[in-house]
Amino acid sequence: MKFTLKIWRQKNAKAKGQFETYKIDNISPDTSFLEMLDILNNHLICEGKEPVAFDHDCREGICGMCSLYINGRAHGPDEEITTCQLHARKFKDGDTITVEPWRSAAFPVIKDLVVNRHAFDQILQAGGFISVNTGGVPDGNVIPIAKDDAEESMDASACIGCGACVATCKNGSAMLFVAARVSALAKLPQGKIEAVKRAKSMIATMDELGFGSCTNTQACQAECPKGITIAHIARLNREFLCAKLKD
Amino acid sequence: MSEPKLSSKIPDGVLSEKWTRHKATIKVVSPANKRKLEIIVIGTGLGGASAAASLGELGYNVNVFCLSDSPRRAHSIAAQGGINAAKNYQNDNDSIYRLFYDTIKGGDYRSREANVYRLAEVSPLIIDQCVAQGVPFAREYGGLLANRSFGGAQVSRTFYARGQTGQQLLLGAYAALNRQISAGNVKSYNRHEMLDLVLIDGKAKGIIVRNLETGEIERYGAHAVVIASGGYGNVFFLSTNAMNSNGSAIIQCYKRGAFFANPCFAQIHPTCIPVHGEQQSKLTLMSESLRNDGRIWTPKKRDDVEKLRKKQIKPSQIPESDRDYYLERRYPAFGNLVPRDVASRAAKERCDAGFGVNETGLAVFLDFSSAIERLGQKVIAERYGNLFQMYEKITDVNPYKEPMQIYPAIHYMMGGIWVDYNLMTTIPGLYAIGEANFSDHGGNRLGASALMQGLADGYFVLPYTIGDYLSHEIQTPKTDTNHEAFNEAENQVKEKINKILNIKGKQPVDIIHKKLGRIMWEYVGMARNENGLKKAINLIEEVRKEFWSDILVPGKNTEFNQELEKAIRLADFIEIGKLMALDALNRRESCGGHFREEMQTEDGETKRDDENYKYVAAWEYQGENQNPTLHKEPLNYETVKLSTRNYKD
Repeated sequence: MKFTLKIWRQKNAKAKGQFETYKIDNISPDTSFLEMLDILNNHLICEGKEPVAFDHDCREGICGMCSLYINGRAHGPDEEITTCQLHARKFKDGDTITVEPWRSAAFPVIKDLVVNRHAFDQILQAGGFISVNTGGVPDGNVIPIAKDDAEESMDASACIGCGACVATCKNGSAMLFVAARVSALAKLPQGKIEAVKRAKSMIATMDELGFGSCTNTQACQAECPKGITIAHIARLNREFLCAKLKD
Repeated sequence: MSEPKLSSKIPDGVLSEKWTRHKATIKVVSPANKRKLEIIVIGTGLGGASAAASLGELGYNVNVFCLSDSPRRAHSIAAQGGINAAKNYQNDNDSIYRLFYDTIKGGDYRSREANVYRLAEVSPLIIDQCVAQGVPFAREYGGLLANRSFGGAQVSRTFYARGQTGQQLLLGAYAALNRQISAGNVKSYNRHEMLDLVLIDGKAKGIIVRNLETGEIERYGAHAVVIASGGYGNVFFLSTNAMNSNGSAIIQCYKRGAFFANPCFAQIHPTCIPVHGEQQSKLTLMSESLRNDGRIWTPKKRDDVEKLRKKQIKPSQIPESDRDYYLERRYPAFGNLVPRDVASRAAKERCDAGFGVNETGLAVFLDFSSAIERLGQKVIAERYGNLFQMYEKITDVNPYKEPMQIYPAIHYMMGGIWVDYNLMTTIPGLYAIGEANFSDHGGNRLGASALMQGLADGYFVLPYTIGDYLSHEIQTPKTDTNHEAFNEAENQVKEKINKILNIKGKQPVDIIHKKLGRIMWEYVGMARNENGLKKAINLIEEVRKEFWSDILVPGKNTEFNQELEKAIRLADFIEIGKLMALDALNRRESCGGHFREEMQTEDGETKRDDENYKYVAAWEYQGENQNPTLHKEPLNYETVKLSTRNYKD
């Protein structure tokens, strides 16, 4: 297959970026999107040009390292996948494909398609945990947990922290990300104890870090590679409201 | 007799009491003194994150480094199937002893009894810890924890969170780490890669790192350094490891004097998605848990094989009577749940015999049709839904309708930095945990035991044993990073980087890495022999020369430069590759994942040589272009009787 790639190039955080156009040929339909970028990069290197910087690691859709806005969609034109799981067969031979970094005030560009998502770590540091030390905990079976609750917690906990929700939200809100963590813990008896404090603290940090507000456009759930739904945002709002009422 | 440098420090006494007695006799550091001590942790996978969090909780000052943009990206996240623990919740007569025994046997009697026993002993604590952290393990309807079975075991002791167990355990450890970061006990350095270890007066005192975002070379000092950088499987180029996983931290420690143990012990995982072509960058694992319900087969008739390869028939059209469920045929007692090395070789045997089911001839089927018939599609989807989805995304085949195609691939390294019972390397103050060390899995690791070991080391072993060393360091002031040793190490790193950037040859990193990978897979992969290994050593030398004369790395040192990162790692992979071949050549026996063709039984099973090779091979670096020195740590089995592994009856 052959493609025309329009890729965002930006030297560093301060530089002004622009699109560059590249032609690529001889791509097998079974080649993954990132493998196609590998091939492009090796061509560029051999031509004495700078390869395109992009984040990636596990290449099986679980580490959350890869990003990319492809043809106007976070993680490209397919449902419930990350960019590394996208394959050339999802495009038509001869297509022009536009590739951009996540664009959000809270995720500054480092280079080309690589952004800084440290703000996500900071939100979780504000309370995305249960306050237990190593050791001295009860036996795992002491607290029975209803299967449905464990499953719902797992649904939320499937979040890979990629940032697609933020990138796709017109407000640049991180509500789905925050909600996923708050909900994953709030569904478990161990996590309930700090649920109110957690929700308050994580939302305050999210606001401080320059993420936008949620206006219920539901764009985030449409692009979440792990199918996390806005039902979790509803739960977060409930926790948050309870917290505010107690204030 | 063991050599003095290689004292394993295994405590005396009855096996089941060793750890308890050891803990009681080692020294501890008072809270006031902990505050004065600094520890560096390299890596934030299950081992690194759990260690950094636990050490932070204890009151030490911890600096933790990872090369990704967040600690949560570490490759532990990709572990799918589960984590073993001797809880005996299923009342199927599991016990600490049985988990210990299965692990020793699964490792083909090449691991230390005392280490493995301790691993089994702390395993139940890990589950308790993770539950307390909010890990959403699978539950039964009554609300209690669920289990499933894994290879090499006849009991059900594997705890899981769908097919994302590694992710959930890592999120637990990462949450604990985040809590310590917000408390100020741990400082996290993301996008930082360790490029050298610094020794002062023979002790590990710090590291040189490259800030991957800016290219700046930075120095950090400490009272102890913990390596939790994972395995070096990417030496094969194609593996199930993440693209950035590498062996550089390990090789730097080796070059500074830490012994490298059993480098040739590599695990080849039987159930990976087969290679599709030249453009492929990595291989994807399909969890071992699938072998609970999936049955592995190839056609009995050549004719069917030909038709499959030409896509004239679908696998589901081949009648039951024409299928060879070769694992069930060869190993009736364990069937599809034999250990990984056995399952991998059996797949290779079928494909070598001409029964491979895809165009490349390198694939077998993993079939769920009988499980779907028995349990219904809903139950199978609940158990493996995300894995089935992942498979379909990659291959465009729906595994609910047609069997998966699988083939073995490099997955995990049992070899690693040599450590004693305290997890300390041959360098005082340098520790290695998780996959980066060698200690617990012998010649083959059992499924769902990597997560167990990473967390055992990080939560429950290292936080105790490191105190014993640090109790002698309480008078030692903070490490001065202006010390001559830091200057020397930093200069070496800078010289190496400049050398790489100035070669300006013709070949990008990937091209040379693929060459190395092909040599490794061909001669140091699933089957090895003397001639092949000797050839590999020569070929790897040629790759080394090519690297240092013809590599083409664009850009500068002082910027975000991913090609430079890859080149530095490749230079180290070349060293590791050669060491693996040397070790494999030395070990003239077959055991676990190490299969020497000269040493096999009539049925093609591994043939150990306990008389001559019942030892840990620990290699000591002797300088560039010199062969390393081999040291032997004899393995003493006081409790287990050595026997030939038998998974037939």
